[in-house]
Amino acid sequence: MFENLDLTKLIFGRLTWDAIPFHDPIILATFAVVAVGGVAMLAALTRYKLWGYLWTEWFTSIDHKKIGIMYIILGLVMLLRGFADAIMMRLQQAMAFGDNMGYLPPDHYDQIFTAHGVIMIFFVAMPLVTGIMNYLIPLQIGTRDVAFPFLNNFSFWMTAGGAALMMMSLFVGEFAKTGWLAYPPLSGILQSPGVGVDYYIWSLQIAGVGTLLSGINLLVTIVKMRAPGMSLMKMPVFTWTSLCTNVLIVAAFPVLTAVLGMLTMDRYLGTAFFTNDMGGNAMMYVNLIWIWGHPEVYILILPVFGIFSEIVATYSRKPLFGYTSMVYATVVITVLSYLVWLHHFFTMGSGASVNSFFGITTMIISIPTGAKIFNWLFTMFRGRIKFDVPMLWTVGFMVTFVIGGMTGVLLAVPPVDFVLHNSLFLIAHFHNVIIGGVLFGLFAGITYWFPKATGYKLDEFWGKMSFWFWLIGFYFAFMPLYVLGLMGVTRRVSHFEDQSLQIWFQIAAFGAVLIAVGIAAFVIQLVVSFKRREALKDETGDPWDGRTLEWSTSSPPPPYNFAFTPRVHDLDAWWQMKQHGFKRPESGFIPIHMPKGTWAGVVLSAISVACGFALIWHMWLAAAVTFVALIGTAIYHTFNYDRDYYIPAEEVERIEAERTKVLANV
Amino acid sequence: MSEATMTADGKTQDGQLEFLVKGDHHPQNGTLLGFWLYLMSDCLIFAALFATYGVLARSYAGGPTGMEVFDLTLVAINTSMLLLSSITYGFAMLEMQANRLKGTLIWLGITGLLGAGFLAVELYEFYHLIHIGATPQTSGFLTAFFALVGTHGLHVLFGIVWLVTLLFQLKKHGLIPANKRRVFCLSMFWHFLDVVWVGVFTFVYLMGVLP
Amino acid sequence: MQIFKYLRGVSLTLLVAALLSGCDAVVMSPSGDVAVQQRDLLVWSTILMLLVIVPVIVLTLWFAWRYRASNTEATYKPDWTHSTVLELVIWAVPLLIIIALGAMTWVYTHKLDPYRPLDRIDASTPVPADLEPLTVEVVALDWKWLFIYPEQGIATVNELAAPVDHPIRFKITASTMMNSFFIPAMAGQIYAMAGMETKLHGVINEPGVYQGFSANYSGAGYSHMKFQFHGLSEADFQAWVDKNKASGNTLSREVYKELEVPSIKDPVTRYGSVDPTLYHAILNRCVDPGTVCMEDMMYHSGHGKQEASETGHDAHAGHAQHGGHHE
Repeated sequence: MFENLDLTKLIFGRLTWDAIPFHDPIILATFAVVAVGGVAMLAALTRYKLWGYLWTEWFTSIDHKKIGIMYIILGLVMLLRGFADAIMMRLQQAMAFGDNMGYLPPDHYDQIFTAHGVIMIFFVAMPLVTGIMNYLIPLQIGTRDVAFPFLNNFSFWMTAGGAALMMMSLFVGEFAKTGWLAYPPLSGILQSPGVGVDYYIWSLQIAGVGTLLSGINLLVTIVKMRAPGMSLMKMPVFTWTSLCTNVLIVAAFPVLTAVLGMLTMDRYLGTAFFTNDMGGNAMMYVNLIWIWGHPEVYILILPVFGIFSEIVATYSRKPLFGYTSMVYATVVITVLSYLVWLHHFFTMGSGASVNSFFGITTMIISIPTGAKIFNWLFTMFRGRIKFDVPMLWTVGFMVTFVIGGMTGVLLAVPPVDFVLHNSLFLIAHFHNVIIGGVLFGLFAGITYWFPKATGYKLDEFWGKMSFWFWLIGFYFAFMPLYVLGLMGVTRRVSHFEDQSLQIWFQIAAFGAVLIAVGIAAFVIQLVVSFKRREALKDETGDPWDGRTLEWSTSSPPPPYNFAFTPRVHDLDAWWQMKQHGFKRPESGFIPIHMPKGTWAGVVLSAISVACGFALIWHMWLAAAVTFVALIGTAIYHTFNYDRDYYIPAEEVERIEAERTKVLANV
Repeated sequence: MSEATMTADGKTQDGQLEFLVKGDHHPQNGTLLGFWLYLMSDCLIFAALFATYGVLARSYAGGPTGMEVFDLTLVAINTSMLLLSSITYGFAMLEMQANRLKGTLIWLGITGLLGAGFLAVELYEFYHLIHIGATPQTSGFLTAFFALVGTHGLHVLFGIVWLVTLLFQLKKHGLIPANKRRVFCLSMFWHFLDVVWVGVFTFVYLMGVLP
Repeated sequence: MQIFKYLRGVSLTLLVAALLSGCDAVVMSPSGDVAVQQRDLLVWSTILMLLVIVPVIVLTLWFAWRYRASNTEATYKPDWTHSTVLELVIWAVPLLIIIALGAMTWVYTHKLDPYRPLDRIDASTPVPADLEPLTVEVVALDWKWLFIYPEQGIATVNELAAPVDHPIRFKITASTMMNSFFIPAMAGQIYAMAGMETKLHGVINEPGVYQGFSANYSGAGYSHMKFQFHGLSEADFQAWVDKNKASGNTLSREVYKELEVPSIKDPVTRYGSVDPTLYHAILNRCVDPGTVCMEDMMYHSGHGKQEASETGHDAHAGHAQHGGHHE
């Protein structure tokens, strides 16, 4: 039997030199840029001896603030990749008419739109949302860290590992050509025999572990670790929306895990879950993936609603209007988000009664959402609105989002959906709510809390540039898609015959260029702000005259967040403290119990990525070895009982005294 | 202003609001809640698998039906072993509560053995099915069957690995709070698998042999 | 009623003019009665929602301007956070609109259910009692469309024709991939899925050539999975049928097996005669000789095999009901 053993095959599986896309100049050029940039960065890190610092202070850190920042950096970096995909698509569609086939062959184009969707949802929006939640929740509820600090580090690295695996597909092999939800039978082994779908599956599974664990973690944090006195109805709105989001994560992501697991079995073992033959049922996949997929949309938007609520109250210099109804609206959306998944496929023939049921439940969601919009509106009413950059994003959001909401309700009417389903109208709709909602909110949130995390504000001018280019670019890029949808143009098409459509695609491409300027302005803003950090410095810890507890700490907050746990009496706890002339204590500090950093998260994630890579390429030996290593390392880690330490009282006193000194000079 | 001079609603005695907890404040431990949430998420994976089984249960595609391949005697033995193991785990918990390390270890060991017995019978069942040509690739029904029962089996396997690890840790560190928490978590996990199995037993095997 | 029509006319004109001046937006100006009703529903739903959307946008911009920090003349109420009346209004207004929209949705979803046979040819003409719908069996292949006309005994690839003002009943399935059968000028789309049958009823009211395509991404050849749909007079349709008949090609199972092989940008092909059991065999995945049809084996164990037959059923395909629902 052993003479049949092919050693190369055992070790390398189906990985050969052919898997490296030497034939594609676009990818080669990208690779060259990435390689040069990567080497330069590694060299710089070595030159300035930063490896040790990064390892001990960041990679192995279990400080929720640092992990939050790492999530946000990951999200922003992946945004650049996801946007590169977007602009390539826009360029292709603006060119490929009649005899001109554009510059991308369908094979490549199909990978790009799949990658764009996967990256933007899983590796941009999710890390950014999780990052902001991670950073803020403990600060807002007045605690020192999340409930499971090690798990938090592990979750981040699993998300980053998933992103890394997904990025590998760019240079080794290919990515899925199936669309971002990989419907079978197209994603089945018969129709997609390559490694693309396997990259898709394993990067999502690895990242999914991180997302689920971080969901559990934050949920327990909010439920168990709130400062004394902070009852549920005294929580900041952002914490409320985060609570609901994490409920959704815990209740939705397992379904994704399960359905991807089934697809994996179909592909690796030849089972018959979703196959055309042998009694499989592809419609089941579509149902299951949307049972995850629809709540996922609310996972993204709910925290952002929270961000806007905080911002609109702060900059209007008024408490949020209708806090209670805001909370109930959030909870109603959370529950309803599980009752609407079928609206993603009215056209599958479910029958009029089923379709109308799901259509109407979908519309009902617009009632609490509408109430939220009105609540923000009446928070502004009779306020004193300061139009700093976060508030600009907020007003831009309110105007843009209602348009997206309207087209969304339109698509929820089944007979209307029959003519607009899968059209560019749909694409315009969901970009309208995801860009105009989620992304605007994330930028608003990043700008708002940036001084908290770094100690200096973001540069105002470049922030405004970024906002206006994004806003105007958005309308240029997506309003033409609404029109094209009404002209019966569908999504994912790489070439057109009808020349009369071209002008609309060119306008959309122009819009994408404006957005590119907006992104560039954001990057410039980061650089300029860093350079001007002395001038932009925030020493008060409360640059916007904020209302919630995170603003009571220094910027950036000390590792332990609060020298003494706050005691909460009402909503907007910090505002109330300021009203009552709260004085910081300057003595009487005690040692603070804190968790220790750990290598385990980085290592476990690295092994998971190796295992995923081996499985993708059918390297069975390596897969077995890495899997055993993964379990072994995890078990080894559980033998470590020495996981915490005390920050001595003198150290706390020193840090607090320094802050007292700084505050005295403000 | 020490803790003692404060009233229950966080005011000092002269009615001023107190905004800080002076002194050491430890939030509640969330491990058990967190683990319970994990179990609920795992439960949803099983829910998806049950739903899938529900859809595919009669897609025989020319292959055998449940009535033809299920051996209820075997399944009955298996079920009783797993249910019994839940009871023995309960004994382990009682021993732990009484702070008796040895008793805890023994009852945990017995639980593990019962779990291993369950796995052995299940593996035999799978081997037998594959041997007679009823493989996971045969039909939608068998695909869903192997996936559901197999996922449960993998969980039991994981539980056993965890249990063995825990035996070592208990031996090394004794019944310290961290270990007690772990034994408690594993107990929830173990009972959870039992509950899932009752579902599998009813939904797959008992209903599967109905005509 | 007159006002109703007038309003509709005005709003339609406004909307169309505003959005789409100078371009051919087929969804907004379709030529088939079903698509016309879908368009009307789209317009009415939009108007209904604009009732709240427009005020919200206006108020947002107005409040943003009026209560800017530099405008110290505007009222400032830093502690005003609650008003029961306002709260009632902000929940009630969306609620009322959704009640109206929901009622409309329920009625029209049933009325425009693609599985429901048509009861009118256009707004003013009911379907005559003696007019049987034309049946077309649609198969989405990789990456082309096969149309079988069982009553005429002909078939075409990538070309569809039907007489105007004559209801059409489409029965739709696929060979492998999930596609979506869509002729925007005629009626909304419905998925085409292998091993399952979906249905669509439609009618075309004006003669002409319309675009049809797959609206669901299905892999490499998807962008070119297009066909032309000809709306013809009864006489022209008969001539079209005769032209197909005259082609002399036969669509047998062997020919189908060759046709089924994935290909891109296939030319229009005509078949003068068709194996009458072919569609049923495609639907039940038993075109290959010797394979057992799904409806005969899916819910039976191996012991049922001897009873299985390959041909001779009406094309009602028990299993295929999976994809759809009622008749």
